[in-house]
Amino acid sequence: MNRRNPLWRFTGVRPTAWLFFAFLYVPIVVLVALSFNGGQSATLWNGFSLKWYAAVANDPEIVRAAKNSLIVASLATLIATILATLAALGMHGRTFRGQTLMGGVLGLPLLIPEIVTAVATLMFFSFIGLKLSLFTILIAHVVFCIPFAYLPIRARLQGMDPRLAEAAADLYASPWRAFWRVDFPLLLPGILSGAMLAFIISMDDFVITYFVAGAGATTLPVYIFSAIRMGISPKINAISSIILLISILFVALSYYVGQRRR
Amino acid sequence: MSTLQQRQQARQLRHRLLLSAPAMAMLGVFLLVPLGIMLLVSVLQGGDYGGVKWGEYSFEAYVSFFYERDLDDSLVFNTDYLQIFQRSLWLSVLTTAGCLLIGFPTALYLALQDEKRRNLLLFLVTVPFWTNLLVRVYAWILLLRNGGLVDSGLGLFGFDGSLGILYSDAAVIVGLLYSFLPFMVLPIYTSLEKLDWRLVEAAFDLGANRRKALQRVIVPLAMPGIVAGTLLVFIPSLGNYIIPELLGGGKSLMIGNLIQLQFGTAHNWPLGAALAFVLLALVLLAMLSYNLRFRQPAMEGHA
Repeated sequence: MNRRNPLWRFTGVRPTAWLFFAFLYVPIVVLVALSFNGGQSATLWNGFSLKWYAAVANDPEIVRAAKNSLIVASLATLIATILATLAALGMHGRTFRGQTLMGGVLGLPLLIPEIVTAVATLMFFSFIGLKLSLFTILIAHVVFCIPFAYLPIRARLQGMDPRLAEAAADLYASPWRAFWRVDFPLLLPGILSGAMLAFIISMDDFVITYFVAGAGATTLPVYIFSAIRMGISPKINAISSIILLISILFVALSYYVGQRRR
Repeated sequence: MSTLQQRQQARQLRHRLLLSAPAMAMLGVFLLVPLGIMLLVSVLQGGDYGGVKWGEYSFEAYVSFFYERDLDDSLVFNTDYLQIFQRSLWLSVLTTAGCLLIGFPTALYLALQDEKRRNLLLFLVTVPFWTNLLVRVYAWILLLRNGGLVDSGLGLFGFDGSLGILYSDAAVIVGLLYSFLPFMVLPIYTSLEKLDWRLVEAAFDLGANRRKALQRVIVPLAMPGIVAGTLLVFIPSLGNYIIPELLGGGKSLMIGNLIQLQFGTAHNWPLGAALAFVLLALVLLAMLSYNLRFRQPAMEGHA
């Protein structure tokens, strides 16, 4: 179809789309702009300055929260990706009884509202008498990261040509060797995008972490939430902008790499 | 089938189950069991200072949805909690409607762009998904507060004074719209992209104007995407905690905040568990009806 045909110009479609993009990005731009504010106010512009970034870097509480976030996200990503890869391999192939149910359970964390998972997990830890700490956060994060890691890996497996593995077997590769030499390299992009998703989801999680975080086990989103509760400040603008820009850089890079590879 | 083959297949199945076992165990122990405990807690007696008395059963939590215990222990009808449920449903419905109103034209616009431009715009739609929700909601506090940028912007157009919408239902809706709009655009775009545009051309050839073509051809064919988007917006809106907490300012409570309160200052775990269970039931009901209605194998375009 010819997309330049004037017949396809529906009234109001273009302005609505532009409104949509403005709505999506204006708040982000404003937040980042205000983080360079030299004054004490969070919203009144008073000259350019980087002092709030310095304040962020020199705040031991923020640095510790950032460290906690990184530790939890790295470990949760590692564990969830390994579990998800194994599960995807197990779920691949001829269907068996109960497979639909198992697939449902693997996707369950996506379906259940976060607040429900959060309070259920909190009550569970209280029930078994486990003290809340960074460790309980890690457990909760692994649980909700599993489906995010699982889905891309499973999709990748489904798109793979089964004849390649058969060819390897025909050429006398042992199943173990065939897996590492043929299946695994083909699966790797799926594993990497699953891991990336899991990492970002874990870094950003607030609700579940908030409920299962023990005293002193603050992650970055939990820190930001309590800071906002105390009132807005240019320092929150700065730390928020750092988080936003890091994620945007991260996605832009993966988009750029994806475009180049075509 | 030879027994050897059967045995080989059984071995392979065992092998595959073994591979899935660790993930299943993790989800079973740390998700399914906690949900079971939540259900149990909802029918337990609350402890005096938070927590619960294990082994003492009571339906007090479910009764208190509708009734309040008076000083003399008699039950009085009380609609406070029902009102919060109603408000959550209402705000979520409005959010979903708003998302549809903005999301459908946007998805249509995307589908009608040439490939290079479309990829870039799609990328821009997905970026917010990768960024921290808390931080993006915070940006709206800066915009909406009294004397914030929305007020200053209106001042430029000669509108003096303050809109004063931070900490109101309106602010919560703006926040929900902002957070979940991409979830409406993407599925609709996906179904529009798969759509056979020759059908629309045929409609034009048969004398339909744009409005008719939209009404009779494009919208019905995009229905699976519209329904999926509706669900993807409605469900997370209903149980949202962050947005009403930060933009509603404790005045515009939704179910999520009510649940949190029971584990915080109210110290009423059984009620919190019961509320969470009802929310979960609502979500599962929505998913179930979606599956029954729209996931049938032979799906007609007019679903």
